[in-house]
Amino acid sequence: MKKAILALEDGVWFEGEGFGAEGETFGEVVFNTGLSGYQEILTDPSYKGQMVCMTYPHIGNYGINAADVESSRPWVEGFIIKELSPVVSNYRSEMTLDQYLKKYNILGIQGIDTRKLVKHLRTVGAKKAVISTLELDPKKLIQKAKKSKGIEGVDLVKEVTCQKPFEFDEIMPAEFAWGDTQKKKFKIVAVDSGVKWNILRKLNQHGFKVQVVPAHATAEEILAYKPDGVFLANGPGDPAAVKYLVETVRRLIGKTPIFGICLGHQMIGQALGGKTSKLKFGHHGNNQPVMDLKTRKIEITSQNHNFVVVIDSLPKDEVEMTHINLNDKTLEGFRHKKYPIFCVQYHPENSPGPHDSDYLFTRFYDLIEKNQSNAQKN
Amino acid sequence: MPKRTDIKKILIIGSGPIIIGQACEFDYSGAQAIKALKEEGYKVTLINSNPATIMTDPELADSTYIEPLTVEFLEKVIAKEKPDAVLPTMGGQTGLNLAVEAYEAGVFKRHNVEMIGAKYEAIKKAENREEFKRAMQKIGLDLPKSDFAYSLEEAEKVAEKIGYPVIVRASFTLGGSGSGICHNLEELRNTARTGLDYSRIHEILIEESIVGWKEFELEVMRDINDNFVVICSIENLDPMGVHTGDSITVAPAQTLTDREYQRMRDAARKVMSEIGIETGGSNVQFAVEPQTGRMVIIEMNPRVSRSSALASKATGFPIAKFAAKLAVGLTLDEIPNDITKYTPASFEPSIDYCVVKIPRFAFEKFEGVDDRLTTQMKSVGEIMSIGRTFKEAFQKGLRSLETKRFGFGGDGKDKIFDLTLKTREEYLQFIKTVSNDKELREKIFAYVKVPREDRIFYVKYAYWAGYTTEEIYKKTGIDPWFLEQLKQLIDFERELLAAQGKPKLQEALMRRAKQYGFSDRQLAFCWGLQEKDVRKKRKSLGIKPVYKLVDTCAAEFKAYTPYFYSTYEDEDEANPSRKKKVMILGGGPNRIGQGIEFDYCCVHAVLALRKMGYETIMVNSNPETVSTDYDTSDKLFFEPLTLEDVLNIYENEKPIGVILQLGGQTPLNLAKSLLANGVKILGTSVDAIDRAEDRDRFKKLLKKIDLRQPANGIATSIDEAHQIAKEIGYPVVIRPSYVLGGRAMEIVYDQTSLKKYMKQAVEASEDHQPVLIDKFLEDAIEIDVDLISDGKIAVVGSVMEHIEEAGIHSGDSASVIPPFSLSREIVEEIVHKTKQIAKELGVIGLMNVQYAIQRGQVYCLEVNPRASRTVPFVSKTIGVPLAKLAAQLMVGKSLKDLKFTEEIVPKHVAVKESVFPFVKFPGVDIILSPEMKSTGEVMGIDKDFGKAFYKSQDAAMSHIPRKGIVFISVKETDKPKIAEIAREFYKLGFKIVSTKGTGKVLKEAEVPAEEVLKMGEGNPNLSHWIKEKKMDLIINTPSGKGPMLDEGKIRSLAVSFNIPCITTLSAARAAVRGLKAVRDDDLDVKSIQDYHGTKVKS
Repeated sequence: MKKAILALEDGVWFEGEGFGAEGETFGEVVFNTGLSGYQEILTDPSYKGQMVCMTYPHIGNYGINAADVESSRPWVEGFIIKELSPVVSNYRSEMTLDQYLKKYNILGIQGIDTRKLVKHLRTVGAKKAVISTLELDPKKLIQKAKKSKGIEGVDLVKEVTCQKPFEFDEIMPAEFAWGDTQKKKFKIVAVDSGVKWNILRKLNQHGFKVQVVPAHATAEEILAYKPDGVFLANGPGDPAAVKYLVETVRRLIGKTPIFGICLGHQMIGQALGGKTSKLKFGHHGNNQPVMDLKTRKIEITSQNHNFVVVIDSLPKDEVEMTHINLNDKTLEGFRHKKYPIFCVQYHPENSPGPHDSDYLFTRFYDLIEKNQSNAQKN
Repeated sequence: MPKRTDIKKILIIGSGPIIIGQACEFDYSGAQAIKALKEEGYKVTLINSNPATIMTDPELADSTYIEPLTVEFLEKVIAKEKPDAVLPTMGGQTGLNLAVEAYEAGVFKRHNVEMIGAKYEAIKKAENREEFKRAMQKIGLDLPKSDFAYSLEEAEKVAEKIGYPVIVRASFTLGGSGSGICHNLEELRNTARTGLDYSRIHEILIEESIVGWKEFELEVMRDINDNFVVICSIENLDPMGVHTGDSITVAPAQTLTDREYQRMRDAARKVMSEIGIETGGSNVQFAVEPQTGRMVIIEMNPRVSRSSALASKATGFPIAKFAAKLAVGLTLDEIPNDITKYTPASFEPSIDYCVVKIPRFAFEKFEGVDDRLTTQMKSVGEIMSIGRTFKEAFQKGLRSLETKRFGFGGDGKDKIFDLTLKTREEYLQFIKTVSNDKELREKIFAYVKVPREDRIFYVKYAYWAGYTTEEIYKKTGIDPWFLEQLKQLIDFERELLAAQGKPKLQEALMRRAKQYGFSDRQLAFCWGLQEKDVRKKRKSLGIKPVYKLVDTCAAEFKAYTPYFYSTYEDEDEANPSRKKKVMILGGGPNRIGQGIEFDYCCVHAVLALRKMGYETIMVNSNPETVSTDYDTSDKLFFEPLTLEDVLNIYENEKPIGVILQLGGQTPLNLAKSLLANGVKILGTSVDAIDRAEDRDRFKKLLKKIDLRQPANGIATSIDEAHQIAKEIGYPVVIRPSYVLGGRAMEIVYDQTSLKKYMKQAVEASEDHQPVLIDKFLEDAIEIDVDLISDGKIAVVGSVMEHIEEAGIHSGDSASVIPPFSLSREIVEEIVHKTKQIAKELGVIGLMNVQYAIQRGQVYCLEVNPRASRTVPFVSKTIGVPLAKLAAQLMVGKSLKDLKFTEEIVPKHVAVKESVFPFVKFPGVDIILSPEMKSTGEVMGIDKDFGKAFYKSQDAAMSHIPRKGIVFISVKETDKPKIAEIAREFYKLGFKIVSTKGTGKVLKEAEVPAEEVLKMGEGNPNLSHWIKEKKMDLIINTPSGKGPMLDEGKIRSLAVSFNIPCITTLSAARAAVRGLKAVRDDDLDVKSIQDYHGTKVKS
């Protein structure tokens, strides 16, 4: 194994061993507390621009399989772990994590005190960083990290969105499927700002025919499909940097039912006049408790976001808060009082993560149904 | 949802004595539950028969009943206390079963008591095999295919339908008799035949074999709002086929993708709702077929369990505490996470380390025992270890076990069949040659197939022998992920071995070695150095462990609870304070001879010192305990109790001293080496310990205070032993020095047995430890004394008289406070002499002395200048928490300060009875000997001896029937004394049956008795009587040792068919006294608080 160094812009650095590809890579370091699901994390487009540190020490144990990917490729800028498994043990595995990262030219570093890194990030917040197997002088690397671009104010959506519209028609294999299945009834447009495939699979399962469009599609282009509703997906980076998407959403409001998650939630928030702010170190993991304020029930959610919609910035007369995070009381979901619009900050497709939030897809279905019957009445 | 206000008082049922499968984890859960409910403002009543528990401390519950866990006594407690609700999920299977029985007997209905935590219907659904199966099928979960059969023909049909191999289980048998795995028709016929024969209702279950599948367990919680969380996932290293209690297990699960894991989580959630567990914690077990991923459910337990205790310690999430709060209607989001303070309990813990649990066995105590690991649990304790990686945790775990191993081999203790690799040279030679020795190679490979206590080491030898991971996987079913981790250790050890004599290379390898969990001892072995040289070298390189926090959240949030484990990384989080602090060493894993009693003492010390304002630092490796509850001490270190690990913490924390005398022999064994490394030992000096343990010095000590000792000598060879035995005369008691629980202690009557013994003794003894030979005092009364001393004055806690005669290990005898047959003069002499010993030794803290009284003469058998097993029993009986006082003495208080200057002789009588694991070891003879065999104890307390004894037997689950048939058969030497006892039984209304020999004696004494044939004397004989449960009580004293004898078979059959069996005349006499006492006067219950007055000293 080759020596590798991880250096943060604030001067903290770690020496470890490289795995996956060799070279040099930049990104913002965040940590993820999921005990399983590294493959889904690697392929989540929301991690574009970021390097992920897994808090669980043994990674790579069950290898990589073709079925559990969340997009066409891994997107993380670098992967930071305590220990890479020397062997792969799982009946579905097709290749090792090391091979996979090499294939996509992604750098990994292992053998560092990841807990120390996490505690540091917890204290100082997410940081720009570099991993290198080429330059091994920490001082020089720290300078490089400082000078790197970072993700604030950068439009990363354009890097991960699809280039052309396409129809998505796939569901989860029966052995791993969960939740309700509804007969296909409605046609929706899903805006791909970095969508995870399991969201699209879930939409299919829940009775939606899914037309995917690139993030830069205009409201007119979207409405031209005559959809029964619009789905706004997750995506990477700073929500303030995708003004065009906010504009699109603004034009869609009142014209069609909308369900947004993660970045989609932030887009709706901004379109309604709200502001987003950056959390210190974000929510990245599969164990975040969220309360549905209506039912008072708690769901253990899968999350991956650095920014949140500021509760007080939303127009109170138009918006009703529906979900909050029980750990830090941040906003996790709201709905529009007048229009058929609702959104959550977390990932109801739960891949990886517990399957507690499946009901949201049903809620979208019911919302469209109700909207249409109301329209008929009028 | 707010907590319920319609209930005010809650009854908690404890788990009773420590038995295999039910250890101190239920003291931990029960104590947590009591505290949690009191915190919410409820009144709490407790019933538990086990005095050696923290939960039965009078300060905990509002009223505490140390009474038998039977429906009869439970109802009496309910009638007296009138609780509104009963929480049955904290007392293990015992508590749950008792609640079910009481419910079925109408007790709860009669007294208007509600079951909370788990309803009767839910318990039934989870526990009844058929109902469970139906429920699982209803929610679409896959189970191993199975069906019942009532005849051979049916069995064949069922097996064919399921497909071989199949498992046959006989219904309603104890100890798994009549069960087995069958690979073909012939095997099936054999097993099914025995199974049908053994089953009371001639029923067997035939089940698809899933032996070799991966085994997983989820620890889950649910609240009244249907909020559901998984606290911890556990993956077993040993695949299906080994009881999960006997398996090496790892948290979290290692080899499941997220999809596979979430599928399991969904299934567990469905199980909880279908079974109807509205609130609380449960565990759900699954098996996964490795090649296909097919997942089946095995079982669920609707209560807190051994694994929930493990999960709590592994994650920092206190399941029992929260389960109690959920039971009264709170929801998870309303309970704050203790560790992070600002986040709620409604989340799923994430961990950034790896946890390994390894079981501890005690097969060496049971001659003729089957040591193969099966679906019947056989281990007596366990350890947990934490490391940043599996490799580190695994090696730390092996050295936590205190089986004299210092990691995954390479410690001078590797033993391959009969060959011990003591030196580095032998070790290297073996590694080099084993792959060429075809026969040995194959023998090793064959051995790894069968799960045993030491199999994991043979996996290592199999690698040396040249087998591949794939081959070993196919043979053992141990997942390749685990095997490769082990292989990394094996490969790295070769690098270490190659670095001998190369200091530079050693330095280069040192850090990785420590990260891989290698101990200094192992490194010393690999490099041909002394442990102290390695330590010095390591420290000079600045390679010291850092301590990381267990925080439930993988560092996402700040943690406030100081619960640590060591690892070799960059950042240390221990952050030692400048306060005055005391370090307390715990007892390590439970084993026979060292268990919950010592944990009780350690916890008391912590509580007392905390109250005095000291910062307390607890070190222990046993996850079942209260001492390893992060709530107990100011700082908890979950670490192995070895010199290296203890010194590391000591040097980092710099306490004013260390308390060793409360954790049993484990910490005491470290005394000398700790002292040699500059550690300050609090309390009785190491020299005093040595004076009591070194035979020569002990002799001088007794001489000085004019105390008799049985004639004795020390031998280091067989010849010497012969010589000594000849001089002092047979019979003699032999034992290795420095052992616990009478390990390998035996009474030897002649030269042949002596020779046989000497061969074995060498193995149980530490290196160069000699063998002790004492004259055996026949027909002597044995006495135990616990004493407390501040170095100036000494006060006796209690003088205890044993019911069984000297020669039976004190841990296995029933013992009585106050003495019931001794003259006042003798008791006074004993008290006086014990105080003299304490004074002479300068004891500061606790001391235990054992005496034998033969023909009015007092002999001193042994002196233990430490807390003894009986400290909790004495404390509960006299109402004085001795261990708490002792801890205060050790930091400078005097007995005067503590206002305990005079012995308390109670007006009531307390009897401690021992509880044995024989039911788990079919075929093993149940006779008592100097080798301790009991796993736990109970206490019976009442106005007089008879009643207290009677209660103690009920509590020990060997209920003395009040009428019926008693079978009597005694050894030759007991025959003259049996008639008088038999007559009493007759007068009490019993019908007496006996074998010919004993019958003759009874006839002569004119005691009416019916004769029954011995086994092999024709039909129907004794074994039919037992199998058909035609007798209610058996009195059978053994004439010799060995399960092959007819009488041995009687006794083990009695165990299998659950008939109480008395094996000494003294116990038979006590039973008579008990029966007389309960004949006219009904038994009553009384709380400990009532016995001692509500105000309790502390």
